[in-house]
Amino acid sequence: MITLEGVTKRYGGQAVVDDVSITFGSEGVTSLIGPNGAGKSTLFGLVGRLITPDAGRLAVDGMDVATTPSAQLATVLAVLRQDNQVAARLTVQDLVEFGRFPHSRGRLTVVDREHVERAISYLDLGPFRQRFLDELSGGQRQRAFIAMVLAQDTKYVLLDEPLNNLDLRHMTEIMRLVRQMADDLGKRVVTVLHDINFAATWSDRIVAMRDGAVVADAAARDIMRPEVLAAVYDTSVDVREIDGRPVALYYG
Amino acid sequence: MLTDPVPQTAPARTSAHVRERWAQPPVRLAVLAAVVLALAVVYLFTDVPGSLLFALEIRSLAVGAMAVVAVAVGVSTVVFHTITQNRILTPSIMGFDAFYRLISTVIVFLSGSASFLAFDALTLWLVQVVVMVAFSVLLFTWLFGGKRRSLHLMLLVGIVLGTFFRAVTEWMQRMLDPLDFQVLSDSLFASLTRPDELLLGLTAGLVALGCAAVVPLLRTLDVLTLGAPAAVGLGVEHRRVVMVLFTIVSVMVAASTALVGPILFFGLIVANLAYSYAGSFRHVWTLPTAVLLGMVCLLGGQLVLDRALDFGGTLSVVIEFAGGLFFLYLVLRKGAR
Repeated sequence: MITLEGVTKRYGGQAVVDDVSITFGSEGVTSLIGPNGAGKSTLFGLVGRLITPDAGRLAVDGMDVATTPSAQLATVLAVLRQDNQVAARLTVQDLVEFGRFPHSRGRLTVVDREHVERAISYLDLGPFRQRFLDELSGGQRQRAFIAMVLAQDTKYVLLDEPLNNLDLRHMTEIMRLVRQMADDLGKRVVTVLHDINFAATWSDRIVAMRDGAVVADAAARDIMRPEVLAAVYDTSVDVREIDGRPVALYYG
Repeated sequence: MLTDPVPQTAPARTSAHVRERWAQPPVRLAVLAAVVLALAVVYLFTDVPGSLLFALEIRSLAVGAMAVVAVAVGVSTVVFHTITQNRILTPSIMGFDAFYRLISTVIVFLSGSASFLAFDALTLWLVQVVVMVAFSVLLFTWLFGGKRRSLHLMLLVGIVLGTFFRAVTEWMQRMLDPLDFQVLSDSLFASLTRPDELLLGLTAGLVALGCAAVVPLLRTLDVLTLGAPAAVGLGVEHRRVVMVLFTIVSVMVAASTALVGPILFFGLIVANLAYSYAGSFRHVWTLPTAVLLGMVCLLGGQLVLDRALDFGGTLSVVIEFAGGLFFLYLVLRKGAR
């Protein structure tokens, strides 16, 4: 379980995350939605120990994020950030091997290599394993980074806007993967999404944030209502039922 | 690749195989080591005007100084590049060279060139090292260790302070007696060929300590190439590790600068050549490659100067010139992309 108790983060007096208490990890896929500046990425930064909170307590499986050694947390929690710029020329294989760092400190054992192989084949990266990251398309790059996170072999996986800059096909592909990771591998995935239809289609639970606070937290179907979405995004959103699934129409 | 040692005569069918074997990082490194060894032998044993023993004694000191500088500059630049996530700025951006010049200038300014020359070399070296390390570590803890934690802010402050030191230095130098100025500017040019034996030993010791501290962090350095967020996600205690590495960088740069004087662009050349030549991003390979490339530059440059140009100049001037051009090339190439 990822537990947050009264977590607050302020920037220049303004609370970006304001006294948030929430628990993640009982569902397979949880999506975090909300307008820009709602505090979603900050919340991820706090859980991923990139940002230190001004108040409150964070714990992963009972381990306090503030006091537990970073390496120990990295064996249960993997975080993938939005922009992953790498200056050095790495191959896909190199990148995925980095996922084993928390376990092996860089000296790969037989077990580590098995995990790397599994992650590479799980994401169909076999043909690209010797390619350099700057020679890949956006979708392939994103898959390579997800393979790294997968090789890290953690129970909890945090993905910050994994669909950024991807086309329709690759967005669907990534979401299907996220779903599989939860269903087949038993991962607990928490992901920040901007497209609420993707969130509704693929996640078990949706958490909506606004102004640093959680304003709605329920199953996808209960979030996909015009009044709820209007309150979250401060704009009118029409929701229609298509083939038994709620679809939000927000194109104007 | 720059000097890919691919044998052209290999049969077509196996040439890809051979090329692959030659492209392996260990092979590349071994080739480079052989080149360094050959250059060192040529430098030490050829063109001896008088007693071989005397020449060896003098020249091995020079080779020792070159080795120490190559290690200090090569390692510190590559490590600095990794922790700052850039490949163009070198530790000298933090104002090391400017600070070095300022310290010397202040001494001459306050006490005159006579007492500057009379100054014990060891004391001067110690003062330089301590003041430079203290300055950079202070700057670093202030801007990176605290709440702000911004590498870019630190670099910016370093640049601004460097400019400030340079201005103060220039102002003081203008007020100097011409004779004092002559003595001072002479001492400010990096000189590799006549190192003080004791100082060389001390610097070598410090640099060796630095290297010993880097070795256990080699794999962590590899992870740091992914950037701070990813490294933290993979369990690296980023702030602590970067603090340790930065302190090592400061000590190495300060020690070698105090020994031979400032060399600005040298690190930039060897580090960037190392990235393309090493054939791997891993620090196990890039660090020694940068060091050996540094040796090639220094030994080769000194040989050309001594033998071809008949002692027609100072090595550091040549390196700064070539380095400046290389820097422009790097900046323009990055800009074009």
